Amino acid sequence: MAETVEVDARGLSCPQPVIETKKAIEKTSSGEIHVLVDTMTSVMNVSRFAKNQGWKVSYEELPEGGFKIVLRK
Amino acid sequence: MFKALSRALTSRSGPILTGVAVGILAPLLTFWGNPGNMGICVACFTRDIAGALGLHRAATVQYIRPELAGFILGSFISSLIYGEYKPRTGSSPIVRFFLGFFAMIGALVFLGCPWRAYIRLSAGDLNAIPGIVGLAIGIVIGIAFLWHGFSLGRNYPAKKALGYIMPVVAVTLLVFVLLRPSFGPEGTSAIFFSKEGPGSMAAPVALSLAVGLFIGFLAQRSRFCTVGALRDLIMFKDFHLFNGIIAFIVAAFITNVLLGQFKLGFEGQPIAHTNTLWNAMGMVLSGLAFTLAGGCPGRQFIMSGEGDGDAATFILGMLFGAATAHNFSLASSPAGPGMYGPAATIVGIVFCLFVGFLMKEKI
Repeated sequence: MAETVEVDARGLSCPQPVIETKKAIEKTSSGEIHVLVDTMTSVMNVSRFAKNQGWKVSYEELPEGGFKIVLRK
Repeated sequence: MFKALSRALTSRSGPILTGVAVGILAPLLTFWGNPGNMGICVACFTRDIAGALGLHRAATVQYIRPELAGFILGSFISSLIYGEYKPRTGSSPIVRFFLGFFAMIGALVFLGCPWRAYIRLSAGDLNAIPGIVGLAIGIVIGIAFLWHGFSLGRNYPAKKALGYIMPVVAVTLLVFVLLRPSFGPEGTSAIFFSKEGPGSMAAPVALSLAVGLFIGFLAQRSRFCTVGALRDLIMFKDFHLFNGIIAFIVAAFITNVLLGQFKLGFEGQPIAHTNTLWNAMGMVLSGLAFTLAGGCPGRQFIMSGEGDGDAATFILGMLFGAATAHNFSLASSPAGPGMYGPAATIVGIVFCLFVGFLMKEKI
């Protein structure tokens, strides 16, 4: 069964959310990765990077603020 | 209309549209009165504001530049419209203050921030080339730290009111430039306005402010960043922001040629010196400091408008750095580097290396 990896990149400056996402992608060949971020800028940066790496990307706004980006492959 | 505009600006084309706008408007501001190849220079303008407030007393570089107030307010308005106004702070503010301080010293050794480096290149000032090479080297050093876990730590959501501080500062600066109040005997008390030199050269306030607001708005939407552009290209082979810089340089080149402001060569360039080594080294320091702080000076102004208190602290560091650069003979002049500029550059690079090595965080 594919595992779900969670990355908490909230509050990190550019480009650290993308770096943390890259680290997670390198450890995971398939499955789901959840990336938590707090700005739309990070949502777009992480999404663009993950799409370029061949992952399907969606995101949702969290009730407590911030966003959860879901990467699937 | 706002939605369609936002979609365009947050798409692949966003940084390109912003780059074209900056590339056309910056040379136009020079045409309208701003100093040569200094249509927009975030570092020089912060330095001019420091002078106008009397934080340094270099009589030729004192003016309240409305462009920078416009950057903050344009970004503030845009972030309110699009729900991205998010006050936040707490990511090593004092370190960011000194990164801003040294980024400014590096910029004043080169005589320009990355924005002006690209503008100078587009106007044929070949002294910009060692500057841009130095900038790239500084960014690469910063990237090495980022790959090895460098982090200034997380910021945290803050009260709404925290984010109002910089917009209020921006409005106050606009009041100062419009009313030109004097806080004491003429010539000895702030607000200072240069009577000659670059500080006396300025486009009409309304035009400067309008351009600042417009670019602040565009850059908030598109995340335009002159340092992030090279960083993302090198780290992730991501051309998104880099395309914006190419668009910026091409648009500025065409506009400068059309306005008769293009002059190819090293000698006699406006507000520039020809010392290759320190043109490069100044920008190594700036590039490194901006990379460690997460973005170029323009981007710091934009983020401060979105409510980022750490970016605001970085800007205050820049202001303090500008004052120090002129009070301590660190800033260059067209004659060459200031007496203690090279030494201060080395001190700044050492500071940044310490920050890079010592500040790591396991996420």
